[in-house]
Order: sequence, then C-alpha cells, then structure tokens
Amino acid sequence: MSAVMKDKAGRQPPKKLSLKQNYEMLTRGLGWEPSYQKKEDIYSKLTYEGIHIHDWSAWEDPFRLTMDAYWKYQGEKERKLYAIIDAFQQNNGQFNVTDARYVQAMKIFLNAIVGLEYASHRGFNMLSREFEGVGPRVAAQMQAIDELRHATTQIHALSHYQKYFEGMSDFPQQFDRTWYISIPKSFFEDAQTAGPFEFITAISFAFEYVLTNLVFMPWMSGAAYNGDMSTVSFGFSAQSDEARHMTLGIEVIKFLLEQDERNVPIVQKWIDKWFWRGYRMLAVLAAMMDYMLPKRVMSWKEAWEIYFEENGGALFADLERYGIRMPKYYEQTIHEKGHMSHQLWSTFYQLRKAGGFGVWLPSEEEMDWMSEKYPDTFDKYYRPRYEYWRELEAKGEPFEFEGLPQLCQTCQWPCLFTEPEDPTQLCFRHSKYKGERYNFCSDGCKDIFDDEPEKFVHAVLPVHQILKGEYFREGADPRAEGFDPMFEALSYMGIKPGVDGGLFSEHVDAKKWEEWTGRPANIHEGPVSDAVRKTG
Amino acid sequence: MPVNAIRDDYHGEFRDRQENFGGNQVVSFTWDQHMMIATPLCLPLEPGMKFGDVVQGILPGTFGHHPDFEKIDWDKAEWIMDGESFKPDFDKSIEENGIPHKGLVRFRTPELAGLNGTHN
Repeated sequence: MSAVMKDKAGRQPPKKLSLKQNYEMLTRGLGWEPSYQKKEDIYSKLTYEGIHIHDWSAWEDPFRLTMDAYWKYQGEKERKLYAIIDAFQQNNGQFNVTDARYVQAMKIFLNAIVGLEYASHRGFNMLSREFEGVGPRVAAQMQAIDELRHATTQIHALSHYQKYFEGMSDFPQQFDRTWYISIPKSFFEDAQTAGPFEFITAISFAFEYVLTNLVFMPWMSGAAYNGDMSTVSFGFSAQSDEARHMTLGIEVIKFLLEQDERNVPIVQKWIDKWFWRGYRMLAVLAAMMDYMLPKRVMSWKEAWEIYFEENGGALFADLERYGIRMPKYYEQTIHEKGHMSHQLWSTFYQLRKAGGFGVWLPSEEEMDWMSEKYPDTFDKYYRPRYEYWRELEAKGEPFEFEGLPQLCQTCQWPCLFTEPEDPTQLCFRHSKYKGERYNFCSDGCKDIFDDEPEKFVHAVLPVHQILKGEYFREGADPRAEGFDPMFEALSYMGIKPGVDGGLFSEHVDAKKWEEWTGRPANIHEGPVSDAVRKTG
Repeated sequence: MPVNAIRDDYHGEFRDRQENFGGNQVVSFTWDQHMMIATPLCLPLEPGMKFGDVVQGILPGTFGHHPDFEKIDWDKAEWIMDGESFKPDFDKSIEENGIPHKGLVRFRTPELAGLNGTHN
C-alpha cells in the first residue's frame, strides 16, 4: 500500500529521519548562534591555554550516540548490573573470593576509585559547559553521566564489602585525607583546575587512552581470576563506556593537532606531564597486581610491556606524523618496570601502622613466582630483603619504619623510587622557588613543578599537615594528657588505628574470614587462627 | 615557564612555610644505599637542636632497625646535602649547620653495604 496516512487536518506525517539525520538533530542541532551575547563571553575559557581552534564542526564523534539512545543502553546495563550485584550479596559473594588478602586490595581500589570517578564526572560536566563545539559537548556530557554512574556502582560494591571487612566505612574521608589516596586525589584535582583542553588531554588521552588498559585488562581479569564477580560485573558494565571514553581521547588529540600547528608543542607538554603523573599514580596498581592478588594474572612488568611498550609505542609511532613524540621520561618507566612494585610493597609493609589495609610478606611460593617474572631484579635486590624480614617476623620482631616519610611535592608518594639506573639508591631531586625548597621523587615530578610552581606550592601534603598539627579532628587537644598525634592523625584520615592497618596475619579481617569461611585467610601460608579445620 | 591561568595574578599560597610549623623546621634524613629503609625520615625539629642530638637521639628510633646501624662509625660517615658533600658539626645546631627548612640530609657509610652486600 502506497497511500500515506494523513491526520485529521490532512497533514502528512513527517518522514522518519535517517540515523545520521537523527544524530545531527539531537547533537549538532542543539547548538545555536548567540544573538545578544558575544561568543567569547559565553565560552570564556577557550583561549587562555594558547590552543587555537578554527572549526569546531571538524570534531568527529565515531559513536554517533544520541542522548535518547544513551539512556536506553545505559538503563539496560544498569538493570543487568544490579541484578548481578543483588545475587552477589544474597549469595555471600564476598566469601567466594580467593582469600581475605584480595579484600585488602579492594580497599585501596574502592576507597580511591569512588572519589576519582566523581571528580571525573565534575570535570566532564565542566567541559560540557566550556566547549564551544556541540559534538564534544554532548560527548563530555555523556561521559560525565558515565562517571557518576560508575561512582554510584562502586559505592554499592563498597557498601556490601564494608559490612564484613574493616577499612571501608569512611571512604569520603579517606579520599580527602589519607596519605596514599592523596596521590590519585591530587592527580585529578590538578586536572580539574587546569583549563578545558588540558583537562581533556590529561584525562581522556593520557589517562584513558594511553594508560587505562593497564587498569582494566589485568585488574579486571585479576578480579575474575580471584572470584570477585561484583567487580567483574562492574567491569563489563563499564567496558563499553570506557571504549567510548578512549575514543574521545584519541579524537581530541587528533582534533587539537589538526586544527593548528601551534597546538602541537602545547599538547606535547601536556602529554609529557600527564603521562608521568598517570604513571606515578599507577605504581599502586603495580603493587596490587604483583603482591595483593592471591592468584596472579600477569606481572606488572608484563603488563607494562604489552600495554605501554607495545601498544603505546605503536600509538606514538602513529602520532609522529603530527610532530608528537613519545612522552618524556618513558625510558625511565622501562628501567623501573622490574623494581616499582617491589619498592612500593616494601614501603607499604614498613609503614603498615599508618595504612588502612593489612600487609604481609610474600611466601616462598610467591617469591618463586617473582623470581620467574623478574629474573633480572627480584633475586638480586628484593629476595634478600624479604628473606631477612621473614626471619624477623618469625622472631616476633617484624621490621618497621617508625616515623613519617618524606613526600614528593608533585606526585605525593613518599620518595621511595630509585635513581633511573641505580636500583640501590633512592632518587632525590629538589627545586628552590622564591626562597622555598621543594623535594621530588624523580626528574619527571621536578619538571612538572618547575613548569608551574605557582600551582604546586599549595599542595596538601599529608605528612606536612600532620607536622603542622592540621590533621587533627575537631576538638582534639594536643595539650591533653596522653595525646597521641599519630592516633589522632590516622583517625582524621578515616583509618582506625590498630585495626585497619598492620600485619595481615594479626588482622581482624583474617581472623573473621577463617571463622566465617573455614578457609585460610592467606592461601599461601598456614591459617592464622584455629577456625580452619586441620586435615591430614 | 609560569603557569597558564585565567587570572594573571594567580598564585597558590606557600602552604608549608616554616612559620606554619609552630616553631619547628622540617628536615629529612636518609641513609644512602640502604634500600631496606624505604624512604627518608621526615622530622619536625627545633632549629636550635644540636645536630649530634638528632643523630644520637632520634635517628636510632628509625634507622636502628637496620642491622648495619650499630656498626656505623660516625667519624667516617660521609654527608651530602642538596647533592653536595658537607661536614656537619655535631655540636652545632641544625640552623648553624645551614640545613634549610624541608632540607634533606643524606649520610653514607661506604664500608657498610647492607644485608650481605646487597645494599638492602
């Protein structure tokens, strides 16, 4: 039948739009030319960073995703995800993970990631306001909603784990105040307080496109391998979002580089900065992969080789035609790949009383795995240390760092990393700025400070906050009898002193795990309590 | 290069200036090539405190957990500050020894090479 149905007034219905037209209407069609306000007043933050854009319509959105389709897809994903999380909770899924050490890793991950996703959501909302082009504004708006969705999901995961395990009840305080979570927090706040083009280069390109595969691939497979279905389901649910975010990352770089030659050195500087900041932040992931996953998927070194040296190398080879080179100091990441996880875990171990999670020494079996994965470095530099520390533990005198560490002004890690080509010597750099002295863990962090000292002089360094007496809860009286500044500072950070941190073998999580599951809290060592039935 | 900011006069406050530490200054100490101790020890010290009192009275609390520490001959120890060697006077104060706020003092004991010579 070819006759077209007409309505009562005799009008023909509109033709159904093609997908492309629909996309145009629902994205590009949302923009309009202002008539009574100047464009430069509306989009006031687009020029001060020195970036030149000539044609916003050249922005490609390969997903052609419209808001109506976005809500539909995301709604479906949410329903599936919450069905799985519900089943996880009903079936006590928290006890199906390999052992209670896995939960210690989750504490770092969840306490940090919720605040990061939320910060990211805020950043992308700012972009969706500040960009002049409609394509990138819509893309940024969707990503802002994605990030908020991820934060919400992670709070649900966390709220279930924290009913059974210590150290997760104060995640907003931990995010704002804990010394090792100040590292990712300062990373994101540095980006949020930059201009819109630096933010999107930092987060969408340097982090999401270049580095996130390291978080996603090995860490999510690690979750699956260790029976954490809650995190795996989240991973699947977030994966299609991440694909979109990564695409935004590569699109923005190409767009900026194609728009004007003058953008190239600015973008290169941002890539150098944000690659280094992102890499330093991921040190925690290296320790989690090599030490905290009871069943390991791959070593940090292997992950770095695949996801950065191979994939990242190919990416930067592609970008060469725009005049972009590999990020500055990438060679150093290759020197460090055989050391970083060991240096960080040693740090967490000896600072354990100030941590929000239990720590342990690698067992004989685990050390053999490390010897195999790190043939050039583990036996030579780290095995002797762990063997000595195991002796001390056996004597009941575990090794400990008593006191506070010196932090890097830029990345905020304790200065724990070694000289680029000498793994027997800690690396120290410093700068003087207007008569004030600043310490750094590396050339990369020093360069970042030297480029923008105005921004980093007011970094909130938790160690200095403690020494200034600013990390005390309201009403705390340092003159009161028996006042313990470390107890007070940890409480301020959202860490329960004497409960959340310390040796895993003495940790309440380990004891309760064995009581509730009848399985050892550490599959590589004997049980820590009498609750595990002895066999044989 | 200065920071790129919306306002030309943007500048963060100097959050960690010495006067914010209640009369103390911050000084870090680290023992070169003894990697078992993960990071420098960051201390709040009275600028008038004798250098020798820090070495004898405070450092053992942290570095003393290392088996080499009791073998240190302080007369032979080498000292480095800001990449240059220096000779602290144990009887003089932190301030008189020219150690700045947030300064890092490194000591070296070349005859002690850590656990079984591994620099651990």
